[in-house]
Amino acid sequence: MSSSAPHAHTVPDGLKSIEAITEGLATEGYISNRSISTAVYLAQHLRKPILVEGPAGVGKTDLARCLSLYLKAPLLRMQCYEGIDESRALYEWKYGKQLLYTQILKEKIHHLMDGADSLEASFAKLNDFQDLFFSREFVEPRPLLKSMEQDDLSVLLIDEIDKSDEAFEALLLEVLSDYQVTIPEIGTISARTPPLVLLTSNNTRELGDALKRRCLHLHIGFPDAEREERIVRARVPEIQPQLLRQMVSFIQSVRGEDVRKVPSISETVDWARTLLLLHADALDPALVRDTLNVIMKRQSDIVALDGRINELTRDATAGAAPQP
Amino acid sequence: MERTLTRFVRALRTAGMSVSSAEAIDASRALALVGYSDRDVLKASLGIVMAKSEEDDALFEQVFDTFFDSAALASQTQATESSNDQPASADEGADSDAAQPDQDGTGQADDFMQLARSGDENRIAVAMARAASAVGADEIRFASQSAFFVRKMLEALGVEGLEARLAATLDERTADARRRAQALIEARTAMQRAARAHVEQRFQVFGKAATETFMDEVVTQREIGELSQRDMERMKVLIARMAKRLAVRHSRPRRIRNRGQIDVRRTLRANAGLDGVPFDLVWKTKKRDRPKIVAICDVSGSVAQYVRFLLLFLHALNETVTDLEAFAFSARLSDVGPTLAKLDFESAMNRIVIDAGGGSTDYGQALVDLNTDHWQVIDRRTTVIVLGDGRSNQSDPRLDLFAEMADRARRVVWLCPEPSRRWGTGDSCILQYEPFCSHLSHCATAADLERAVDDVLSAYA
Repeated sequence: MSSSAPHAHTVPDGLKSIEAITEGLATEGYISNRSISTAVYLAQHLRKPILVEGPAGVGKTDLARCLSLYLKAPLLRMQCYEGIDESRALYEWKYGKQLLYTQILKEKIHHLMDGADSLEASFAKLNDFQDLFFSREFVEPRPLLKSMEQDDLSVLLIDEIDKSDEAFEALLLEVLSDYQVTIPEIGTISARTPPLVLLTSNNTRELGDALKRRCLHLHIGFPDAEREERIVRARVPEIQPQLLRQMVSFIQSVRGEDVRKVPSISETVDWARTLLLLHADALDPALVRDTLNVIMKRQSDIVALDGRINELTRDATAGAAPQP
Repeated sequence: MERTLTRFVRALRTAGMSVSSAEAIDASRALALVGYSDRDVLKASLGIVMAKSEEDDALFEQVFDTFFDSAALASQTQATESSNDQPASADEGADSDAAQPDQDGTGQADDFMQLARSGDENRIAVAMARAASAVGADEIRFASQSAFFVRKMLEALGVEGLEARLAATLDERTADARRRAQALIEARTAMQRAARAHVEQRFQVFGKAATETFMDEVVTQREIGELSQRDMERMKVLIARMAKRLAVRHSRPRRIRNRGQIDVRRTLRANAGLDGVPFDLVWKTKKRDRPKIVAICDVSGSVAQYVRFLLLFLHALNETVTDLEAFAFSARLSDVGPTLAKLDFESAMNRIVIDAGGGSTDYGQALVDLNTDHWQVIDRRTTVIVLGDGRSNQSDPRLDLFAEMADRARRVVWLCPEPSRRWGTGDSCILQYEPFCSHLSHCATAADLERAVDDVLSAYA
């Protein structure tokens, strides 16, 4: 790849192997799995951004946050929304400063024009100053440009890319494939150290092929019971092992039910915190019914699940009990 | 190694995944990084690099598992690598000293027998893989081709020499000869079994997905009225996929910026902090209407099947088309919305066909019922889709009501399962309705249906 040639290609210690990544993320409380760690590893070594997809609340954004903590690299976050454009993502001219400077310099203009008698002469003099107002001094860097200007490794998070317009995707292509930003008045700015780029998407719209082709694709789904237990334990260490097993087993079976919005990992963690506050040490139907609104966010789902609570709780407690 | 990867990429492509060359290059770079040693890491890495959506992930998993079928992996790589320098031929018996070019094929037969008797599975697998590459077994597309490829592979391994010897042995007609012949037959059967297993595995990788894709294509082009029960199952999956495709295409933002027209009020507000100097311009926006569809479906015997698919389609689009009213009629018209909401789709459709179907079709009466009970659902954002053959059993077609409906609605789209040459024949009054329709088309296959719905949604762009 020609684009990676000019960059100093030093691999930080933390990204030397897939195992190292898994362990490192675990120290920050992020329980990774093989495909997540592999994606991060490949992203670093192939110099490619990762497109992270998956349902809401499975830790897509958290991956970027924990990576930046683990690598001690600054996190540059760009939240996408409908109508986001280059002045919010790449750079903007500091209009206010330009305006202020012209106001102040108004007084000076006579002095500068001194000696120029004809219109041509003043024009030629002015011509020498024209680029002053469109120089780096007046550029307000936005997240994408900022990430190009980092001296050391940084983590660039482009959150919820699916919320932005299709035209915006095209704007990202230059940054994602060549790690550079072009400002017409100044020129092309290449990254000093290419950042580790993560894009997240909730799949509210299909992303363009051009974007997908430039990215590694990582799908994070709901975790299995074992990984979910480890995640909750990492986030809420005080929770009783028996209660943890029961609630994870309950959540896993709720995901199999016919509900509109299935509870995600973030809901499990919230629920664990709630149960901890209530000093509960085992699940029972009354407790579940009282706290159901923590994990189910739709009234219709709560109503639909209500009749099944006794059964689900029994299954969860029975299934979790025999294990040592 | 590269060659195995290339074959794998090809297998993915035949399975219907679009893997670009850029992605294949990335895959080989990833492969160089992680190597073949750990199967799980290999799978994760290749998946991350090449599968770019959730459907791709599922497809990738399937192809990966059949392709890198544990035992086959080692032998295949071995075979393809070694065939780089030696042209694939029956050179397996390198340790046997028999001369290769042998007119009656005795040497070949010896090799063949030796291989069959060796019982060394790895060796047999390598020989099979080589023979398969030599006869181009990767080109297999249909299950019915497997016998052909099995025979070709056996021939490549020298079965003809063995058969010649078998014939000669049988001609001897002695007890000893019969025993020897028996051994030859057993060897051949064993090799045949091995070859069949190998071809079967190649078919799973290269052929099956291609057959599926082909069948899918056939089904979408077949008349809906003539679908068999098995086609129907396939169709449901396809319809869901089509609906998703359309939903993606039509889920543009509802507001479009109208560049060039300044929204003065909002521009002044936005630049108040800049002393009123308008640096940030705010453009006027245009709102797009949400699609609103009213489907009026003839559910008399001949058309019921088509209605099922149209409603299934519209139902699957529920994220794009939030405003959907559906009515069914044969003699009288009724709102099917509540039934569809209450029951699952299959039983709802059966109920609708029983409840609303059965009478003698009367388009005029249906329009009267619509007029008295549901006229308010038709407004200027509404597209009315009429699905029916327009055969009204000689009753009054009530063109006046139809014209009024067309006036109220944004568009009226009539989809007719009958081909155009039969329009207007017998009791068909479709040609009388035609002048009031924005669009009238023959709609017989799922592909037609997709085009028609796409057309309806495009009108809201």
